[in-house]
Amino acid sequence: MTETTAEGRIQRDQAAVSLPSAWRLGAARGAIEVKAFFRDKMAVAFIFGLPSILLVLLGSIFGGQAAARGVTVGQLFTAGMIAGGIMSTSFQYLAIGIATERETGMLKRLSGTPIPPTAYFAGKVVQVLVCTVAETVLLVAVGMLFYHLHPPTEPGRWWTFAWVFVLGSAACALTGIAASSVPRSAASATPVITLPFTVLQFVSGVYVPFNDVPRWMGDVGSVFPLKWMAQGMRSVFLPEQGAALEPAGTWEHGRTALVLGVWIVAGLVLCAKTFRWQSRN
Amino acid sequence: MDNGAAVMVRDLRKSYRDINAVAGLDLDISTGEVFALLGPNGAGKTTTVEILEGFRRRDQGTVSVLGHDPGRAGGGGRAGRAWRARIGIVLQLASAGPELTVLEMVAHFAGFYPRPRRPGEVIDLVGLTAKAGSRISKLSGGQTRRLDVALGIVGRPELLFLDEPTTGFDPEARRQFWELIRTLRGDGTTILLTTHYLDEAEALADRIAVIAAGRIVAEGDPETLGGRSAAAARVSWDAPEGERRTLQTSTPTRTVAELARQFGGEVPGLTVTRPTLEDIYLDLISATEKAADTTDGERS
Repeated sequence: MTETTAEGRIQRDQAAVSLPSAWRLGAARGAIEVKAFFRDKMAVAFIFGLPSILLVLLGSIFGGQAAARGVTVGQLFTAGMIAGGIMSTSFQYLAIGIATERETGMLKRLSGTPIPPTAYFAGKVVQVLVCTVAETVLLVAVGMLFYHLHPPTEPGRWWTFAWVFVLGSAACALTGIAASSVPRSAASATPVITLPFTVLQFVSGVYVPFNDVPRWMGDVGSVFPLKWMAQGMRSVFLPEQGAALEPAGTWEHGRTALVLGVWIVAGLVLCAKTFRWQSRN
Repeated sequence: MDNGAAVMVRDLRKSYRDINAVAGLDLDISTGEVFALLGPNGAGKTTTVEILEGFRRRDQGTVSVLGHDPGRAGGGGRAGRAWRARIGIVLQLASAGPELTVLEMVAHFAGFYPRPRRPGEVIDLVGLTAKAGSRISKLSGGQTRRLDVALGIVGRPELLFLDEPTTGFDPEARRQFWELIRTLRGDGTTILLTTHYLDEAEALADRIAVIAAGRIVAEGDPETLGGRSAAAARVSWDAPEGERRTLQTSTPTRTVAELARQFGGEVPGLTVTRPTLEDIYLDLISATEKAADTTDGERS
């Protein structure tokens, strides 16, 4: 009896020693997530095709007009659409994806294996990063091709781009993970997540230049990260005189970083409080 | 053979609002045996199994699975990972999974474990070799269930949980699946099987427990469960007047000998039967339901 217990303990210890590391598993999750995403033609069309097509359409309809001296409406739309694109890959796709995994039992299945939760989330980070970078590159290319968008030359603007990109996608991804708990079925995940996201894009100045958005709608938009991400992207891609179009008359970098930071903290708390590996049904 | 307990449960209790799903359940499963848990829907089968798997919290009782309390080891910590590496859970995926092939998915899951089976070998074992390169979304229902099984056994578990594994299988697929269970048992895997099919339990299980109203109402090997071997035999024959006669007796041989004398040789339409596992099971379930009705009656 003592012998079998000892043997069992040795077996267990060996198992513990040779468990694959969380880093390796996170990389494996990331690789499989990215592979599965790019094979899903619907998701690719939806995530990459829709913002590009909308940008071309909106830009072509309003593009001829100048928003201000030296600023075209096409440039305004491109900067806003880059922010919307970041949110579509980090918030919308992530929330729908996790909700679907939860409702189809994939999350429960993973939680029944020895994979650590950190590796699962690391895989999501890799997938979101790859898709968000690809989305941004694509929209910048569309903007350059159609609307005289110029990638910034000063390092200061690239620094702004980097922190708006990182803080914005982190805030959106964290709220996306939290929002994944709202849909009650895999079938309802897409409409439940996409409807509020679409409304938010209107009130945040993505589909309509922010200075054309009615005041009260803009106030609602100002509560959420997307309005600030779009403003940050305008400060990167528009000439300096574009700041005159902003409600404050300046780019408000400090306030942008603050709002995104608050959303990151709020998103983390929401995730920790609401994340579940199993469906409630 | 190591005969230590793989699973030990004492006085397990779990209720949802005012429903007692599990009401004082005891269970012992020895290492290396195939144990079948039978019971009607709502008897507490799934709740019990999910507590053992570490998916659900219990209200009360002692639970040990491979020497660990799943309520603690079920978490994401390092001890939890080592414990999870030793158990296998076959879950049903509600619909098509990600856009991956069968081989990619099995190989991905194999990477979670310290000493997995080779993915090709597992795919072979569940009979999906011809589909190894197919997308999961293109599999039929039965093929998807086989993939579920493959993902449950790829980590070479010491203890395997199978919750109604053959629901939706055609008869041939079921037979193949039974062979797979026998192979796993031959490798020393302890298996906890819940099923609706009594023939499946009879064919596979070393021991069977019947659960009703959150408690084990009978336990034993398939031949003797619920007093099956000692139960009265039924002797039936065609009487000379043309009607069929049936006699319940504990001495069927003597009855047949007497009949043979009466008829002076062959007894027309003679059958001697003992209750099937299904008869025993249905008796047990209806006895529990009657008992519940009586208590309800007393209460109101």
